Amino acid sequence: MASDHRARMLELAKAETVWPGPPLWSMGLGLALAGLLLIYPFLFTSPFAQHLVILILLYALMAQSWNVVAGLAGMICLGHVMFFGIGAYSASVLFVKYEVSPWIGLVVGMVLSALAAIAVGVPTLRLRGHYFAIATLLIGASVQIIVQRWDWVGAASGLYIPIDRTSPWLSLQFHRSKVPYYYLALGAAALGYLVVWWLRRSRLGFRLQAMRDEPEAAASLGIAIARHKVIAFMISAAMMSVAGTFYAQYVLVLDPERLLSAEISIIVVLMTVLGGSGTLWGPALGAAILIPLSEYTRIWAGGTGRTVDLMIYGVLILAVCMWRPSGIISLLSEGIRRRGGKGAA
Amino acid sequence: MSTTRDMGGTSKSPLLTVEGATKRYGGLAANDGITFDVQEGEILGIIGPNGAGKSTLFDLITGFQPLDSGRVRLAGHDITGLRPDRIAALGVARTFQKLKPFTDLTVTENVMVGALARTANMKAARDQALEALAFVDLLEKRNHFARELSTGQRKRLELARGLAMQPRLILMDEVTGGVDQRTIPGLVDLVLELKANGVTIVTIEHNMEVMMRIADRILALYAGRRIAFGLPAEVRSDAKVVDAYLGGTVDAA
Repeated sequence: MASDHRARMLELAKAETVWPGPPLWSMGLGLALAGLLLIYPFLFTSPFAQHLVILILLYALMAQSWNVVAGLAGMICLGHVMFFGIGAYSASVLFVKYEVSPWIGLVVGMVLSALAAIAVGVPTLRLRGHYFAIATLLIGASVQIIVQRWDWVGAASGLYIPIDRTSPWLSLQFHRSKVPYYYLALGAAALGYLVVWWLRRSRLGFRLQAMRDEPEAAASLGIAIARHKVIAFMISAAMMSVAGTFYAQYVLVLDPERLLSAEISIIVVLMTVLGGSGTLWGPALGAAILIPLSEYTRIWAGGTGRTVDLMIYGVLILAVCMWRPSGIISLLSEGIRRRGGKGAA
Repeated sequence: MSTTRDMGGTSKSPLLTVEGATKRYGGLAANDGITFDVQEGEILGIIGPNGAGKSTLFDLITGFQPLDSGRVRLAGHDITGLRPDRIAALGVARTFQKLKPFTDLTVTENVMVGALARTANMKAARDQALEALAFVDLLEKRNHFARELSTGQRKRLELARGLAMQPRLILMDEVTGGVDQRTIPGLVDLVLELKANGVTIVTIEHNMEVMMRIADRILALYAGRRIAFGLPAEVRSDAKVVDAYLGGTVDAA
C-alpha cells in the first residue's frame, strides 16, 4: 500500500502553519489602512469629514455585531435595533437620572442586552429561519412602541442628555472637538473586530459556523444547537449595545422615532450582506460604502435624500445578490484561505 | 436468541441494544418494534428495500427523532430520548444518507469540528483532523472548501468528521451508495481497517456483495419490521429476505 506516502503527506500537512498568513499585498493594504485610520483626524480636520468616519466606525461595529449572529451562526435577526436602543438608553437613563458615568452605563447596557438576547432568543431561536426573522422584526418594532409610551425613559419626546463640561472623559462628552469621539469609535470598532477575529479561529467560532452550514451534522458532532444559538445571540447583542451607548453620547439626544427605527436593523443587514456576510472585513467594507452614500445623497438631495439613499441601497443589494452573493469582499478574499494549489501533491 | 458468533471473546454485554424501537407517522409505522444488539468490535449490516425504515432507525438511535416506544441502551446505559449532541458526546458518531458537509468551511476545518468534541486545543484538533483525513485518504483536498468535493469525497469527509470524534460506535448510512464503482473497494478497505482499529460499526448498505464481505451479522428490515437477524449466510438465504429483495408478494404487503 501507499502508506509510506500517506505518512509523509501527513507529516507535511501537520507542519503547515495552523493559520496561513494573509498574502503580502493584503497585509500591506491592512497596515496602510490602519495607519490612515490612526492619523485620520489630523489629516482631515473638518467636522464633516470626521463625523463621516465616526459614523462609518460605529456602523462597522454594528454590522459586525449582526455578522456574529447571522454571518457566523446563520440566524437572520431583523430586530437588532433593540440592542442598539438598550445600549443607548441604559447609559443615558443612568446618566440623566442618577449621574452615573456612561462608562458604567456601557457595561450595564451590554449586560442588559445579553439578558434581552436570552429572553428573546430562548423562545424564538427554535423557529426556522424565516420565522425567526419575522419574530425579531416584530419584537424590534414593539420595543420602539413601548419606549415611545414609557414616561420614565422620556416616552415619545425622548431624552436629552444634559451638557457636562467638568469631566469630559467621565461623562463622555466633548464639546470642543470631535477627535475624542473619533478615537472612542475607532477603539470600540477595533475591539469588536478583535472579538470576531478571535471567534472565527476559536472552538466556539468553528461550532457556530458548523451549525450555520448544517445544524443536524453539527449536532451529530456533539454541538448543543440551542445553547450555541443563544450564546451567539448574546455576544452579538452586547456588541450592538456598545455602539448604541457611544452613539447616544455622541448625539446627546435620544429620539425613539429615529433611534429605535427598524431602518437601523435593516441597514445593518444591508451593510453586512453587501460587504460579505460571515467574513471578517465584509461588514466594515459595507459600512464604508453605504454611510458615505447615505450622507452624500442627503446633502445633494436635501430633505428628500432620506428615501433616495434607501433606493440606491436597494439597487446595490439587488446587484450583489445577483452577481456576487457572497459579498464584495469575496472578490479579494476567495484565494486567501484556500492556499491555492500549494497543498496538492 | 441473539446469534452471537465468537468474535475473539466478545460474548460480554453488547455495546448497543435496541429494544422494540417504534416510530409512527400517522398510521404508517416507519419502525415497528425493532429489536437487535451490536457487540463490541463487530460490523452489523442493515439491509432492506427503500422505505424499510433504515435511516429512521439511525435517527431513533442517535436522538434525531423521538421514539414512540422502545429503548436504546449504550453499554448498558439508557440513552433513549437524549439530545443528539449528548449521544454524540457519549461516543456515537453517524453519517447521513443525504450528505451534510459544512460547505463554507475547508475540508480540514470540517473535520476539526469533529475533533473539537474531544479537545478545546485548536492545534491538537487540527492534528487529529489531519490524521482522520489521512486515514480516509483525503489529505490532498485538505485546503479546499467542502463544497468543491465530489460525492465520493464528501462521503469520505463525513466519515473523517465522525472518526475525528474518536467514537466507540459509528453508524454509517450507505457509504458506497451513489459513488463511482471504482472507489468502492477503497471504501470497503476503509471500513475493515476501522474495525481492525477497534471501532464498532453499524452500516446501512444496498450493495449485497459489499455487505456479505464486511458484515459480521446482518439485520434485515422490511416495511418497518425486522424480518431477519443473524449471520450473513443465514440472512441471505432467509425466505422472507429473498422475497423482499426479489419482489414477488412484497408489493402487495
